[in-house]
Amino acid sequence: MTLFTIFIGAAIINNYVLVQFLGICPFVGVSKKIESSLSMGMATTFVMTLAATVTWLIYHFILTPLNLQFLQIVSFILVIASLVQLVEMFIKKVSKPLYDTLGIFLPLITTNCAIMGVALFLVMKEYTFIESIVFGFSAGVGFTLAIVLMAGIREELELADVPEHFRGAPITMIVAGCLALAFMGFAGMI
Amino acid sequence: MAKNKISLSKEFTKGLWNENPVLVMLLGLCPTLAVTSSAINGLAMGLAVIFTITCSSIIISSVRKIIPKEVRIPTFIIVIATFVTITDKSMAAFQPELHKSLGAFIPLIVVNCVILGRQEAFASKNNVGRSIIDALGMGVGFTLTLTVLGSIREWLGAGTIFSLQMMPDSFVPWMVMILPPGAFITLGLMIGVTNWINARKGK
Repeated sequence: MTLFTIFIGAAIINNYVLVQFLGICPFVGVSKKIESSLSMGMATTFVMTLAATVTWLIYHFILTPLNLQFLQIVSFILVIASLVQLVEMFIKKVSKPLYDTLGIFLPLITTNCAIMGVALFLVMKEYTFIESIVFGFSAGVGFTLAIVLMAGIREELELADVPEHFRGAPITMIVAGCLALAFMGFAGMI
Repeated sequence: MAKNKISLSKEFTKGLWNENPVLVMLLGLCPTLAVTSSAINGLAMGLAVIFTITCSSIIISSVRKIIPKEVRIPTFIIVIATFVTITDKSMAAFQPELHKSLGAFIPLIVVNCVILGRQEAFASKNNVGRSIIDALGMGVGFTLTLTVLGSIREWLGAGTIFSLQMMPDSFVPWMVMILPPGAFITLGLMIGVTNWINARKGK
């Protein structure tokens, strides 16, 4: 599989949010404003790419030689949690403005199942090192695309006359359903 | 004694409706949407979650006094990850078919916020007995929601519930219901209806 196919596949055809249902929590929670959703998307892409790199190394150089594959869930979640912590400290030191923009969203990323999903899928699909990095990055791009699209729609939705009990989460879900319908049009492109 | 009994049953039933993890608190949405293309998948996922949440609650609530506050979240995650590994491996051994159809979503129980949420909000502050009741209630509420959602989608999308024919032969299945869009739309409607029922009860 070429790198380009992996990119299109992970970012659009098998979009993490709309087709594979990973990372729904931030998708519903942080999609009220385009700006904040864009920051969330970029932070997630960053952590996802790093997590893909690190988990690949851990799986192939530590777990596999020691025959400890059954520890993958425990070790991956630890790696992701500490990675998020490290990234947070690093950004705080290096670029204060970026830290302030991402601020609250960074710690939230630990519990984003899309990151864990990337780590698990790249083992399942037996990607090589470079493929894994591209896979992590493109999954992040797909996540950003979905969350920004959603935020755009929700900003318009503020003005719409939605039935009282369907405001907030229910209408977001239904709109997401329509978006998912649109993304299904990409299925079978490769 | 009698008073204690009442509150224990309340501890259990709050998870079923008033504080239903999916429909009211909007936690654990990813597995809810992803695995409910059929009723049996929803039920299986629910059972796996009941097991994990109850075992983790037992461990966390019994060691809650010796966990330092600063490292409680990592501790919770390790405990949960251990039980998820057990679930994953036993399911692969005893129910390989089901394990295959749930795919990556069994290992992903580890990031299911329902479980972490209960450890943080309940098990780390209450005794073992109470935590078990609370975990069971939440688990059963989660399972019921997933099974209902799975049944609706399977019923409209394939004409069956638990693989039993539920529609006349002339029924043309709505394919979209078992595909991703159907999941979002059905769950959206279910949350909306829950809001509506709760608002009417409140009046």
